[in-house]
Amino acid sequence: MPASFQPPTTSNEAPPVFKAQGVTKVYQMGDVKVEALRGIDLELHAGEFIVLLGASGSGKSTLLNILGGLDTPTSGHVFYRNQELTAWSDAELTRFRRSNVGFVFQFYNLIPSLTALENVALITEISEAPMDPGEALELVNMHHRRDHFPAQLSGGEQQRVAIARAIAKRPAVLLCDEPTGALDVSTGILVLEAIQRVNRELGTTTAVITHNAVIAKMSHRVVHLSDGRVHSIEQNPVQVSPSELKW
Amino acid sequence: MLDRKLLRDLGQIKSQAFAIALVMAAGVAMFIMALSALFSLSGSQRDYYVRYRFAEIFATAKRVPLNLVARLEEIPGVARVYPRIVAQVSLDVPGMNEPAMGRFISVPDHVRPALNDLYLIRGRMLDPDRPQEVLASKSFVEAHQLELGSTIRGIINGKQQDLTVVGVALTPEYIIQIQPGSLLPDHRRFGVFWMNERQMAAAFEMSGAFNDVSFLMERGANEQRVIGHIDRLLEPYGCTGAYGRAQQTSHAYISDEIRQLSTMALIAPTIFLGVAAFLLNVVLARVVGLQREQIAALKAFGYSKSAIGWHYLKMVLLIALVGAVLGTLFGYWLARGLTRIYSELYQFPTFEVMMPPRVVLGALTVSFAAASLGALAAVRRAVSLPPAEAMRPEPPPKYGPTLIERIGLARFVPQIARMILRQIERKPIKSLTAILGVAMSVAILMLGSFSLDAIRYIINFQFRLAQRQQVTVSFVEPTSSTARFDLQQLPGVTQVQPFRAVATNIRHGHRWRRVAVMGLDGEGEMFRLLNIDEQPFVLPEEGIVLNDKLAQILGVTLGESVTLSVLEGSRPIRDLIVTGIITEYGGVNAYMNRRALQRLMNESELISGAFLGTEADVEPSLFARLKQIPQVGGVMLKRAMLQSFEDTIAENILMMRTFNILFSIVIAVGVVYNSARISLAEQSRELATLRVIGFTQYEVSLILLGELAILTFAAIPLGWLIGYGLAAILVTGLDTEIYRIPLIIERTTYGFAALVVVVASGLSGWVVLQRIRQLDLIAVLKTRE
Ligand SMILES: Nc1ncnc2c1ncn2[C@@H]1O[C@H](COP(=O)(O)OP(=O)(O)O)[C@@H](O)[C@H]1O
Ligand SMILES: [Mg+2]
Repeated sequence: MPASFQPPTTSNEAPPVFKAQGVTKVYQMGDVKVEALRGIDLELHAGEFIVLLGASGSGKSTLLNILGGLDTPTSGHVFYRNQELTAWSDAELTRFRRSNVGFVFQFYNLIPSLTALENVALITEISEAPMDPGEALELVNMHHRRDHFPAQLSGGEQQRVAIARAIAKRPAVLLCDEPTGALDVSTGILVLEAIQRVNRELGTTTAVITHNAVIAKMSHRVVHLSDGRVHSIEQNPVQVSPSELKW
Repeated sequence: MLDRKLLRDLGQIKSQAFAIALVMAAGVAMFIMALSALFSLSGSQRDYYVRYRFAEIFATAKRVPLNLVARLEEIPGVARVYPRIVAQVSLDVPGMNEPAMGRFISVPDHVRPALNDLYLIRGRMLDPDRPQEVLASKSFVEAHQLELGSTIRGIINGKQQDLTVVGVALTPEYIIQIQPGSLLPDHRRFGVFWMNERQMAAAFEMSGAFNDVSFLMERGANEQRVIGHIDRLLEPYGCTGAYGRAQQTSHAYISDEIRQLSTMALIAPTIFLGVAAFLLNVVLARVVGLQREQIAALKAFGYSKSAIGWHYLKMVLLIALVGAVLGTLFGYWLARGLTRIYSELYQFPTFEVMMPPRVVLGALTVSFAAASLGALAAVRRAVSLPPAEAMRPEPPPKYGPTLIERIGLARFVPQIARMILRQIERKPIKSLTAILGVAMSVAILMLGSFSLDAIRYIINFQFRLAQRQQVTVSFVEPTSSTARFDLQQLPGVTQVQPFRAVATNIRHGHRWRRVAVMGLDGEGEMFRLLNIDEQPFVLPEEGIVLNDKLAQILGVTLGESVTLSVLEGSRPIRDLIVTGIITEYGGVNAYMNRRALQRLMNESELISGAFLGTEADVEPSLFARLKQIPQVGGVMLKRAMLQSFEDTIAENILMMRTFNILFSIVIAVGVVYNSARISLAEQSRELATLRVIGFTQYEVSLILLGELAILTFAAIPLGWLIGYGLAAILVTGLDTEIYRIPLIIERTTYGFAALVVVVASGLSGWVVLQRIRQLDLIAVLKTRE
């Protein structure tokens, strides 16, 4: 099903959700310096769905973590809706993550001692205008497993709970780092569908990291990273739904 | 290779390992201290007894002709008989208002006493031709800072006489110097003196006679039978009954102390090493759990089960070794402190800290045993893991709704609280044992403070509620009761309450005790008998009243009868109904109405002494007058007694309490810190995840602190319960004829114990919280659980 929705990139009044300027990141490992990012310039717009593509070690996770306020760049600036993220304190970054960012990780990172519903409620309890946790689970088709503990769920199911947890607070952005990396194809599709649905129905600005080029077809824009730099950006005029992707 | 891994693994858990080693060290220290004090005390005692020929049986009488000695020697089982003259002398010491009491013991010309020899510390032995010379006991000399050549004035048989101290001595008979009728030593007011036998015989009209005799038995002789023979021979001479070492005051005190030390050597290390074993178990289980894959790999490489088991065992043994070494050093230091206290209280020719190698070896053995015991379960798990299974990570923990949720309170429980509760409920044994550990810390604190509560209670009960007199005067001989009017005339005396004390044997069935029965006037104003509720007990006209300990010893209850054999005067024997049982925390005593006792004795109105009430500020002149009265044999000042009591006891208790607090903090910190570190390790992934998704430092800390708080607060009431139980056991253990300790625990003691543990937990929690700051938020996202 080709998508009709286009992100409002053309409207110039709204500032970009994220704007990265000359972002670098250098890890000091003893005597060795690892340059994970070597000067990234990038903008993300409201409602946009982008995919970050690149070989392993090209700096995708590092970039995403910096955008999500988990990490700070060595140099350069990052703006979130015109506010400089890179100037914020640890407490401010925590508040930023708490109210604006939804994270989805390769290994789900659910709390094992809480049920599916409770994992979602964990977030809604501390958010300002959250969804009902059950509603969030419905959005990812996991409502029927609400009372199961993570250990009782498959990988794909756990990841969908993780997505519900990420979006239950109605975040401005959803950042997913290889959400299907640990999943087989069919479960991966269910997860991607859930992400796409969130992007469409809630208008959440979404960035998905993958090294699977096929997934890129779902997005509005594909950002290719290579060796810590933005290698190229391609616009994707038509968004394919995950079930039509060929792996 | 494995050894390098061992050290690296230990490095990973170094602060936890150190905390455990400290708990062990505390246990080992107590073990070393108690045992070393035990060995020092019993070793010095045994040595002293043998080298200075401490007697085994003792008897006193009024006056026995010396020719009876031959017959005493013929008693089967008697090896040696040593007759002496012993007298109570009132002393006027420079610099002291009230008179002191001297116990004067005769020393034969030119030869050493055959039994109860004396050890001359300074000066010289007596010159038989100089009548004024005495040797004085070391503690008395030190308390008064007397020099060789100092003189003191004694009232010897009614006459004042100046005595010159020519030597300072000790005797096994008075290792602890306690005045008869007193609970604690008072070295200023009671001393032992030695005087030439001929001089004493002349002064006390004892030529050709003796009034005190000591015996040594043949090996294997039956003490009871020998005592029976002695009693039969000496009875006509006013003997109040021979007795063995068990009833000899100094020996009984030291035996009590030795008994307490052995209890302490057993109980304290058991608690501490038990807690340490538990902690080792928890920590090692965690290490083994994390190293499943390594273990599997080692097995695949061909390491044997025993090699792997030994590898992990070595790890805990290393911790135990550190604990044992620290504990031994600290224990030695504590033992030295205790020895210093002992050498003030107990006078031995030499008294040194003894730490025989077997004590150290024993400490090492028990700490290794405790460590191995703690490691057992975890090591077994490591050894028995099949390689294939071990290659896979541990199966995910199973969680379920907690009790609170199952009973329908789920709505009220926020998610974070659920995490905490489920974490605790998932490992019930571990949580319960941690609670038990912290509870032990509370209990230990209670034991430390409770003794202070109890002693305060005893002082109040005995010396403020029961014995309200300021001064107790006892006469050398029973005196006409008109003497009370003389006492009444003395300066500052407001009240006089006379008493008559009579030496007796009280028998019930086959049980008996030698007791001085005190005859009191029914409506005693100062010296009062009290029941357990601190209510005055009015002495009935008839029958006999026993204190609770005596009733217990005799196995007699209210309304039953006892047989009273008086050991003085016409020595009447009479059956008496027990008409009351009263409460006392020291000694074994019996009381009768003074008139009833007088009728029983068939004597005229005689009194043995009197309790005096005085105005506070006239005491100096009162004492000056009392010193002049020849009939006055002894003067006991309550205020002085209390003062010396508090001086000796307060210092020791303060020291004990300090270590008590220290040790229980070690336990509380050890348990809480380790629990927190392990929770942190087990949950670091979740905690980091929470931080990532926007939980603040503070909120995440709550999860960890919440668990600690629940453990701590669950432990407190349990600790109170255990503490109460241990106090009850302790009280039973300390229940002796010399003194009893009531099971009184003040509310502040409960509060204090809880407070210290809460603070200790809080501190360890705070230390662990610092690590939450260092959580690597990103690393946790890259790895599978
Ligand atoms: N904490 C770190 N310390 C040192 N080097 C790191 C760290 N995190 C990432 N790197 C290095 O930075 C580079 C980029 O890593 P990353 O952003 O994770 O790549 P990607 O997600 O594209 O696979 C890699 O070479 C990686 O080894
Ligand atoms: Mg990555």
